[in-house]
Amino acid sequence: MISFSSVFKAYAKGTGGLRDVSLQIRKGEFVFLTGHSGAGKSTMLKCMYAAERPTNGSVKVAGFEIGDIAPADVPRLRRKLGIVFQDFQLLDDRTAHENVAFALEVTGAPKDTIGGKVMRVLTQVGLAAKAGAYPRELSGGEQQRVAIARALVNDPPILLADEPTGNLDERATRGVFQLLRDINAGGTCVVMATHDLDLVKAANYRSVELRGGEVVYDSADGAGGSDEPDGGGR
Amino acid sequence: MSLTVREALLAFRRAPLLSALSVTTIAFSLFVVGLFGLVAVNLKHALSTIEERVEIVAYTLRGTPTETIAQASADIAAFPEVSAVNFVSQDEALRRARAELVEFRDAYRDLNTNPLPASLEIRLKPGSRDAETVALVADRLKGFTFVDDVRFGRDWIAKLDRLRNLLGLVGLLVGGAFAVVAVVIIGTTIRMAVLQRAREISIMRLVGATDWFIRGPFLLEGAMKGLLGGLLAIAMCAAAFSVVRTDDGLFAGLVFFQTPQLLLGLLFGMAMGFGASLVSVGRHLRNV
Repeated sequence: MISFSSVFKAYAKGTGGLRDVSLQIRKGEFVFLTGHSGAGKSTMLKCMYAAERPTNGSVKVAGFEIGDIAPADVPRLRRKLGIVFQDFQLLDDRTAHENVAFALEVTGAPKDTIGGKVMRVLTQVGLAAKAGAYPRELSGGEQQRVAIARALVNDPPILLADEPTGNLDERATRGVFQLLRDINAGGTCVVMATHDLDLVKAANYRSVELRGGEVVYDSADGAGGSDEPDGGGR
Repeated sequence: MSLTVREALLAFRRAPLLSALSVTTIAFSLFVVGLFGLVAVNLKHALSTIEERVEIVAYTLRGTPTETIAQASADIAAFPEVSAVNFVSQDEALRRARAELVEFRDAYRDLNTNPLPASLEIRLKPGSRDAETVALVADRLKGFTFVDDVRFGRDWIAKLDRLRNLLGLVGLLVGGAFAVVAVVIIGTTIRMAVLQRAREISIMRLVGATDWFIRGPFLLEGAMKGLLGGLLAIAMCAAAFSVVRTDDGLFAGLVFFQTPQLLLGLLFGMAMGFGASLVSVGRHLRNV
């Protein structure tokens, strides 16, 4: 579903890039990307949704080779992905319903199917009653649920979440996390970048730790995964 | 497509103040171009009224048969530069002389024979009234055997040439400068409107909208703003025109734009709005 092989990503400013990252994420998996700020979590996610391209190596997502993806293919890739951000990225002048419907409209979905699909996902995230509310009338947790609904409305096989609980209080965090678990239970592959280790510990999902742009720990690499960076030059 | 129209209209409704401001800005910058255009159109109009007096007179040899002249008139009228040929008979020449040269009326009345030659008055088409063309046609007229002499106001036409060239150059420079200013102002205005919605563009990109899908509403909105600005500018020009124009005196007989010129102005506004949107949105599309 998602594969990184020997991926390097260099930024001009020198931080936040990736160094020789190799990783396979299978269909239906739930994977945490952890690490400090600037460790490369967001860069990995950006490479997955083609907002960044690897400087070297190969990133494959849902059948697309990101390194040489044609500009016209970027929208096709993104329709197979749901993307959720820390700051929700909702349009302030549209209601929850309109924000979700927007994601369907831009893909040219038939008009008569949009209303039904939007209400289905809003119900799924528990916000059917607030479909007519504007983002400013919703709590942070509710706004993130709208964003998740928008990410889900195209039935993507992959959901990418970049610190989705970073702006939420503990209660809202639990609610959003539970929602992501439910979505994963429905078969959607979820990749979630977070630095909330409590969440990571609370669930028995695969976790990948990044440090300085390198993968220093992957729980899928067997039980005794080292916390130390791999010193042998890969 | 209907979504494009809806989104473009929504943009007006969501940011009415900014939309009104950009339409007004576009209108004023086009108004300035329009005012200059009015001046240019009227100078050109005045020049063409003067140009209409450009005329070549070919005097015929005495005793030339009328049929010969009639045949030659038809040939001359077929010259590409010529718009009209008028035959002035000896009698007509005398009648005119009597009417126009009042002080010689007595002298003309007592004549036994008519001393005035018959002539052909040749008028030229607009665009063929410059010194070079006039001289060329005059030379060709001299080739007719019955033509005795050819006259035209050589110096006067040369001066007219210089005036026309000067006005053309000044018009091009000043008009060009005004147009460039309008382009810059309209471009900046549209860019501000796009900038205000940069977030929307990036969200559209993230949910998988194609570039053309994103551009559509912006291009339509830009073209609509240009069109509205153009209409407003025309209204302002018309208002200014009606204030300046008087029924008599210095500003009598001023002319307003013709319909094709008005349409050209609207097209310019729309093209500017469209083009500026295309460039501005393109800049944002490269970012995400």
